[in-house]
Amino acid sequence: MNIMTEKSLEDAVNAEMNRPNEPIKMRGDQVTVHYGDKQALFGVNLDVRQNQVTALIGPSGCGKSTFLRCLNRMNDTIDSARVGGKITLDNEDIYDPKIDVVELRARVGMVFQKPNPFPKSIYENVAYGPRIHGLAKNKAELDEIVEKSLQKAALWNEAKDRLNEPGTGLSGGQQQRLCIARAIAVAPEVILMDEPCSALDPIATAKVEELIDELRENYTIVIVTHSMQQAARVSQRTAMFHLGYLVEEGPTDKMFTNPDDKRTQDYITGRFG
Amino acid sequence: MSFLLVFAIVLAIGLIAFVIGRQRARAQDDGTVKPHSRAHYHGWWAFLTGVIPAVLFLAAWDIGASAYLNSHIHAALPADIADGTVAHEDLAAGLVKSLASGMRRLDSQTLAALPQTFAELRPMLAAKGVALAPDTQDYMIPIAADANRVSDRLDMIVAVVSIGLALLGSVYGLSRITPRGRARNHVEKVMLWSLLGASTLAILTTIGIVLSMLFQTIAFFEKIPLTNFFFGTVWDPRFAAAGSGGAEGQFGLIPLLAGTLYIAFVALLVAVPIGLMSAVYMSEYAAPKVRAVVKPALELLAGIPTIVYGIFALVTLGPFLRDISAALAGGTPFIQAQSILTAGLVMGVMLIPVVSSLSDDIITAVPRAMRDGSLGLGATRSETIKRVILPAALPGIVGAILLTASRAIGETMIVVLAAGVAANLTLNPFEAMTTITVKIVNQLTGDLEFNTPQTLVAFALGITLFALTLVMNIVALYIVRKYREQYE
Repeated sequence: MNIMTEKSLEDAVNAEMNRPNEPIKMRGDQVTVHYGDKQALFGVNLDVRQNQVTALIGPSGCGKSTFLRCLNRMNDTIDSARVGGKITLDNEDIYDPKIDVVELRARVGMVFQKPNPFPKSIYENVAYGPRIHGLAKNKAELDEIVEKSLQKAALWNEAKDRLNEPGTGLSGGQQQRLCIARAIAVAPEVILMDEPCSALDPIATAKVEELIDELRENYTIVIVTHSMQQAARVSQRTAMFHLGYLVEEGPTDKMFTNPDDKRTQDYITGRFG
Repeated sequence: MSFLLVFAIVLAIGLIAFVIGRQRARAQDDGTVKPHSRAHYHGWWAFLTGVIPAVLFLAAWDIGASAYLNSHIHAALPADIADGTVAHEDLAAGLVKSLASGMRRLDSQTLAALPQTFAELRPMLAAKGVALAPDTQDYMIPIAADANRVSDRLDMIVAVVSIGLALLGSVYGLSRITPRGRARNHVEKVMLWSLLGASTLAILTTIGIVLSMLFQTIAFFEKIPLTNFFFGTVWDPRFAAAGSGGAEGQFGLIPLLAGTLYIAFVALLVAVPIGLMSAVYMSEYAAPKVRAVVKPALELLAGIPTIVYGIFALVTLGPFLRDISAALAGGTPFIQAQSILTAGLVMGVMLIPVVSSLSDDIITAVPRAMRDGSLGLGATRSETIKRVILPAALPGIVGAILLTASRAIGETMIVVLAAGVAANLTLNPFEAMTTITVKIVNQLTGDLEFNTPQTLVAFALGITLFALTLVMNIVALYIVRKYREQYE
């Protein structure tokens, strides 16, 4: 009886950890990107599964950030960028002319490499998204959204007494959690993170990583990282990019223990990159 | 020997010292000791030790010599002239000097047998193309001849001493060349001091300008009380009647200040929204190709001389506004051709490129991360501009507007032509008002006796304007600097 319970518990934990059969949230199909004459991505096919953390790894300039920025059409803001192939969100083509990019970015939020709080108060930083999308009918609702977002971003306890102080006055790690709270406040389905910890110290990094793991409960997360350990710690699936090609993709534990491709093996053991 | 020739010889000595010094430093480098400075530094140091003392001496001597010559001439003038007023004595000395410089053109034979009277001398000089004032006196001829001899002697001394200094200095510099000599540091130090000298000169000039205005202003306030000027509401300086001292005029600053600020305000009302919006367009929306055309075109506006804007206001816009208002009101125009509106509009157009260029730089300086952050949350471009970029750039933009405002307050030519000269105190923008700058121009043009309050008031006005724009610039720079710190 006891053994049975433990076994089932273990299975449940394993299932929770890996969840290999979660539905596909976003799908990239033969995605190519050109910056002017230079091609940065070559026919990438990659699925992002719901309520999982997908890590994109690879040496600098391999196209992982470029792919990430395709997922909420941030590449549109670069004049010379052209995106080819097909990317879907819940089976809808996000590059379809009928899709409104503003709505898309509300559903697919983004956290950047360097914490970039607006030069406004902490409260206003979080309230920014809900305000522009009209998510709150009145001040009380807005207050609630701000509080919940800050709680989910594990910043509420540190920030609740200084909501009216400028967001730029927080420490680097707190700023990054503020940016995550800001993204959460819009109630996105997917959160894209572009090396969110690269500008943070180890303690702040640990906090953000812990947060990412918690956020998986409610959101689908795609994270670009240069840290192998971070990819191993926070992600369920890992995709390895090299020179604009997707080398290999699979469950994180398999990628780090038994990769199919030699380049992945070399990269994760630090032989290049 | 002329000043330029001495200078050229000194330079030539320096250059020779440079070549020898470099050569010497190279010859000394036998590979046993690592030289401290490269050979050309030793050369330059030898050049500088030769040239700097000689040039400093030349400059100092030149100032001293002309003062000495001046006092020499004054001393030689007969006593009955010296008893006269300072003006007469200066005039006589001036005549002697021009006579002396004229006599330099004569050949040595004529000079040896110099005629005793000016009547004889004058045609000889005229033949050489030198025209002299007819009231040059006979007694001035020997003084002038003497002055020329003294000046020749002085020139000889300066030539010998400078060239001697250059030679000595160069030899000293050359003798000090050793492999471990720190020529590079010496040369760098001279560089530093000369750069410091250049910037000090700019500051000293500013101080000189302020002081020159200050003394005249003090002279003005000795005649007119401060309260009359600063709190007077009537500007009516009258004319300085002979013997009256001119103190009965009224010199109220208020109507001029009001006009200045009013016109500047109207100009900012035009320039700030248009300039700001064009800056936003150029920095956020314009494709690189459009920007490459529009930005220089806008900056072309800044290159138009303000007098041209003034002419435009005077002959085109002013009459146009008057005619329009006449048509609207059915006969009698309610907008005068010269009015606050005309001056303000034209000045506003002139200031558009100032606002747009400054704001464009400031908006572009807002980090890309801010834009990405906002766009990544699903904000539109205009929402991003309105809610993130403009607030972030606001302190800088306020600074830019203050800088623009001080331009508007100091602007002269447009208001001289377009605002009118009547010192009214009115709130109606269709009427003429006048500004501080216009009145400065008015008070200083024409045949005026210099030490009357009517003229001196221009300096009081000038220093007021200076103080006003200085304060605005300081505030603007303070704000701009504070803003800059935010992103570092």
